[in-house]
Amino acid sequence: MTDSELDHLSTEMDVILSAVARVQEVATPEINPTSHPVPISNVTRPDVVVPSLSQEQALSGAPAKEDGRFRVPQILGEE
Amino acid sequence: MITRSAHEMSQALAAGEITSVALTQLHFDRIAQVDGDVHAFLYLDHEGALAAAKAVDSARARGDKVGPLAGVPLALKDVMVQKGVPTTAGSKILEGWRPPYDSTLVAKLKEAGVVILGKTNMDEFAMGSSTENSAYGPTHNPWDLTRIPGGSGGGSSASLAAFEAPLAIGTDTGGSIRQPAAVTGTVGVKPTYGGVSRYGLIAFSSSLDQAGPCARTVLDAALLHEIIAGHDAKDATSIDAPVPQVVQAAKSGDIKGMKIGVVKELNGDGYQAGVRSRFEESLELLAKAGAEIVEVSCPNFEYALAAYYLIAPSECSSNLARFDAMRYGLRVGDEDGVSAELVMNLTREVGFGREVKRRIILGTYALSSGYYDAYYGSAQKVRTLIIQDFNRAFEKADVLVSPTAPTTAFKIGDKVDDPLAMYLNDIATIPVNMAGIGGMSLPSGLAPEDGLPVGFQIMAPAMQDQRLYSVGAALEAALLTKWGAPLLSQIPALGGTK
Repeated sequence: MTDSELDHLSTEMDVILSAVARVQEVATPEINPTSHPVPISNVTRPDVVVPSLSQEQALSGAPAKEDGRFRVPQILGEE
Repeated sequence: MITRSAHEMSQALAAGEITSVALTQLHFDRIAQVDGDVHAFLYLDHEGALAAAKAVDSARARGDKVGPLAGVPLALKDVMVQKGVPTTAGSKILEGWRPPYDSTLVAKLKEAGVVILGKTNMDEFAMGSSTENSAYGPTHNPWDLTRIPGGSGGGSSASLAAFEAPLAIGTDTGGSIRQPAAVTGTVGVKPTYGGVSRYGLIAFSSSLDQAGPCARTVLDAALLHEIIAGHDAKDATSIDAPVPQVVQAAKSGDIKGMKIGVVKELNGDGYQAGVRSRFEESLELLAKAGAEIVEVSCPNFEYALAAYYLIAPSECSSNLARFDAMRYGLRVGDEDGVSAELVMNLTREVGFGREVKRRIILGTYALSSGYYDAYYGSAQKVRTLIIQDFNRAFEKADVLVSPTAPTTAFKIGDKVDDPLAMYLNDIATIPVNMAGIGGMSLPSGLAPEDGLPVGFQIMAPAMQDQRLYSVGAALEAALLTKWGAPLLSQIPALGGTK
């Protein structure tokens, strides 16, 4: 982020955090948290091969590619 | 023709009054005429739309059986992935990206013969209530071009009000279908969470996001709802149950003996006078139509907004980590010797707008060790309290109602520098998302003080979406009798100079 963005955000963040901290007023220990509105369970499917994206399709949006693979900037060898 | 409902267009197509190609072209002509002022669309797919229209016309000519909305045009919110069609979610980070697959929702629309005109503008990654957070400039409210069309789905709502499309798709994480519908005088429905597949919906907050229908009439919304809903094995949170009988409910509109609960906490100080008077008037009409009006109290709703602005940013901080400049989308600063980490940082700095950055930082903070219990953990507990409030309220009433938004459309630019004021727009719509239930907004008239549309919100228990349509259809019919013509017939003519 740029310095001016940081200046803006740091003041806004204080205001937003103090507003959202209100949740602590009613969040007492005996209440169970809800992460998800409907009961969910693991979904599995039969282990059968189904059509999927081709290599060409999967690479179609790549910012850079080489030899049928994603070309990415240097990952190793940093100081 | 373009001011008709989708259902009427569909009847005209079936009767051979017009072809889908001609109907589609009429809408493209209208878009060319007014979208310079409205800016509802980010991309128009002339070729794809006309080809789809032609296919429906040919099927009809052959005598094939086609679906109820076959050949009718639709505007698609740009957060929905469509194969080969540029999809940006209103962000620079996805500029130029052409998805290699269709979302389940788009696949269902294509299967039903619905003609997708193009992609509509939205707040970046659906974060906002005004469409001003789009990286591609704001959309203007057709009722008053100096005002916001709501958000995040402001492009979809504006396209309906401007008669650029009779149907649209929205997504609703905290009100992004219902609030834009309210401020543009259109109809928007957030189905029960899990009722419509999220496969191919670019994720903002996965436990809250839900796609749904936008239209100019309750019946049109129901017809579209029926097409896009249903179980999908590609979405692990999709509900494996029959689609609620929404079309039947919208056609009958029978509410005799139904108990309608007014949520005490969602109508008081902070709600504009004209919003409240239109709400009261709608309640009277519903009572006349045979419903029993009761008052219910949901005391924990006052904490919903705070909890939402912890849960949604927390989930988005995780979801948006996928924009890493490696596999698709924007990449900035990729030169010899520059590390992947730096490229990632540069790309995200340039590619994300201010509100997105604000929420990623807020969410990362709320999830960080040491703060997790105080923020994210507490917000999840509030979510439990809100669900309990709803459960108690639904013991007393079949549906709950409130104004959709506290005010009518405000001026573009008025709230961009005050995030908390902007967040307040969603105060009445957020509880529905927190509980994963269904909600609808439909027009209840114009506020006397500013002549702008006001929305009426209906909320129903999970997988009882048909109740939204029964009550919506009853109120729509009563208001139509009172007005003599649909609310949108009062919209000022658009310049059409561009």
